[in-house]
Amino acid sequence: MKRRDLLKNAGLTTLGLAGLSPQIKAAEWLDPAVDLAASGAEKGGKDFEQFGRTEYEKQRDAKLFKEVFFNKHEMKTIAVLVDIIIPKDERSGSATDAGVPDFIEFMAKDKPELQTPLRGGLTWLDTQASRRFGRQFIECTAAQRIEIVEDIAYPERKKNGMSQGIAFFSLMRNLTASGFWSSKIGIEDIGYQGNVANVWNGVPEEVKRQYGVEEE
Amino acid sequence: MPDFQIKTPPDTYDVIIVGSGAGGGMAAYVLAKAGAKVCLLEAGQHYDPADPKYITQMKWPWQSPRRGASTRYRPFGDFDAAYGGWDIEGEPYTTVPGTTFRWFRSRMLGGRTNHWGRISLRFGPDDFRRHSIDGLGVDWPIGYEDVAPFYDKVDKLIGVFGSKENLPNDPDSIFLAPPKPRLHELLLKKTNKRLGITTIPSRLSILTEPINDERGVCFYCSQCNRACIAYADFSSSSCLCKPASKTGNLDTLYFAMAREVLTDAKTGLCTGVSYVDTQTLEEKTVRGKIVVLAASACESARLLLNSKSPRFPEGLANSSGVIGKYLHDSTGASRSAIVPMLFDRKRYNEDGVGGLHVYSPWWLDNKKLDFPRGYHIEYWGGMGMPAYGFGWGIEKQNGMFPDRNGNKREAGGYGAALKDDYRRFYGAYIGMAGRGEAVPREDNYCEIDPEKVDKFGIPVLRFHYKWSDYERLQAKHMHQTFERIISELGAIPLSDTPGPDQDYGLNAPGEIIHEVGTVRMGKDPKSSALNGWQQAHDVKNLFVVDGAPFPSQGDKNCTWTILALSMRASEYIVQERKAGNL
Repeated sequence: MKRRDLLKNAGLTTLGLAGLSPQIKAAEWLDPAVDLAASGAEKGGKDFEQFGRTEYEKQRDAKLFKEVFFNKHEMKTIAVLVDIIIPKDERSGSATDAGVPDFIEFMAKDKPELQTPLRGGLTWLDTQASRRFGRQFIECTAAQRIEIVEDIAYPERKKNGMSQGIAFFSLMRNLTASGFWSSKIGIEDIGYQGNVANVWNGVPEEVKRQYGVEEE
Repeated sequence: MPDFQIKTPPDTYDVIIVGSGAGGGMAAYVLAKAGAKVCLLEAGQHYDPADPKYITQMKWPWQSPRRGASTRYRPFGDFDAAYGGWDIEGEPYTTVPGTTFRWFRSRMLGGRTNHWGRISLRFGPDDFRRHSIDGLGVDWPIGYEDVAPFYDKVDKLIGVFGSKENLPNDPDSIFLAPPKPRLHELLLKKTNKRLGITTIPSRLSILTEPINDERGVCFYCSQCNRACIAYADFSSSSCLCKPASKTGNLDTLYFAMAREVLTDAKTGLCTGVSYVDTQTLEEKTVRGKIVVLAASACESARLLLNSKSPRFPEGLANSSGVIGKYLHDSTGASRSAIVPMLFDRKRYNEDGVGGLHVYSPWWLDNKKLDFPRGYHIEYWGGMGMPAYGFGWGIEKQNGMFPDRNGNKREAGGYGAALKDDYRRFYGAYIGMAGRGEAVPREDNYCEIDPEKVDKFGIPVLRFHYKWSDYERLQAKHMHQTFERIISELGAIPLSDTPGPDQDYGLNAPGEIIHEVGTVRMGKDPKSSALNGWQQAHDVKNLFVVDGAPFPSQGDKNCTWTILALSMRASEYIVQERKAGNL
């Protein structure tokens, strides 16, 4: 929503408030904010500074960005896995299109308690691949990868010796979902329509009819 | 002659206020407007939600590298407007083994009001006389009729929306128009009507209509916890401290961590406050004729207990020995559920205001129940902005529901089918949280830890807090209610019923961040530290205006009452000064 719409919707154009009104200041501020959002900073590692950080937070985030946790092989494995979990389809791109591997790298540094489960899980995966197919997970054929994934993607299937792999895959699934659906691509796909200045006038009539609810 | 050793400014202020949250901000506002020269000490930094360097509102999740996840520094998420948290580096607190208390602090102008839920409920007549009703705790030295005129003034000054309901113990405010319910809230209203659970428009201090030229109106982004660039919600920083500063009568000292209230050995009156400059670690002093504490319930108690002198060996204003005791937080228990009828729902913007549009005030009679005090229920749900945690735990949910073609699904999974599950379930979750009244107890307290100091050298608090069966049975009832609502709605709870081994799902003490009671007011100086004007029995120029003076918490949130009582105490200070009594 643009500035004039915010003012119009807030009924302020008819109120004749002074130019220093907080509403007008807010409206002026919101335009560039929306533009910044549209510019898209979702692909990791840059343009993160403009979101109200304290000095300490700025320093801490800058430090985390400089650190590297996963090695190249691990990052490649993560990229393959997250696209198995959330692939491209007719509606939107894949997890790697949405920058999920960089997000997972950052989270492993931000929440160190994730490091061992993730690193250990990736190694577990390579050990499985090596035992079954004599090569690392990312060197396997697509069919071979899926054969392993089938064994760890369904927590209620009881498979001997797979419970640690299942736990790792659940963590990867959850991190992938977090990273994908909170990206610009994911938010457009899921259809979230908020985070804009507007006036809430209640549930649309056809939706109220659909669910048989009424306002009193 | 310049003397660099002098740290004491020559001025003696009329009033020194410690803390800039709801209580301190209101005191600063009333006193500065009345013409008093006021010094406000704030332990943290400046904060103005409309200053671009602080703004987190209207940011997208991808602007945060952690997609809004919480950190030690932002426990309520990366965009939340609270600097501080449960665990502040260099500012520890301890607990007696076998007991628990979690202490949330915000180090910034406006304190915790920058991110709070804006739930602005008046206490009702019964909330001031619980002892007379159930024999537990104590009555307040004042009644609803004493506070009502100040609630009215706070309503007009700050603004609160809601609906006139004429409920006996949930008095109406002077309301702005409430926002219409969202879909899940309409469904809850319908369900709760069948169950006999009163469910009415929420009462939040968010401006749905303009009230003055200094504040804008809500533009429905649902992000009040990030603080508002248009000042359309209440926070002490933008609605009280800022206008107080404009009078020219208020000096705000930032990074000023109060250490001790200073007194005159002869008269026993307060003469000032010594504080540590948190940036230089220098000890400084500010002089004043009246001291008003509003550092938060526990911080004000700590300050008084640390203000020991030969005349006040047990801490200032503590001849009763009650300071630190009767600490109590609201109880809390919550449950969430997935609502299959909302699968694949139509998308539209339903952000609304920050927080709930409907709630359930306490609707039952405790005389017919096995626990003495009530609770209210807050609700959430809807098509919110995805962020860190979105879709987390889907492997425990998607196996419960057949796919669109009616085929049984296996829990977990991957690929296109999984991707579609997230879309299908979006906006189909609801949650509810009970917030109840605990019974204040002498043996739930904070005291000065005999060994530990914080990084400023100030002795820290040690907590001793345990829930009793009064609270456990209340939480058990909350979950029974949640299950009735969830079942009636045709929804499926996302967790099992918590049992006695988990205190029936009670949050740990402190986690609801409504702690009160540590410097309680009362008629009898032997069993209370303050009189009904929140003036210390022992020290007439000392007042406490945060949550500490509350003899009991209601089944409400405490902020609106802190504001009304702080206004009342501040107007009393003005009158007493004019009358020459202070």
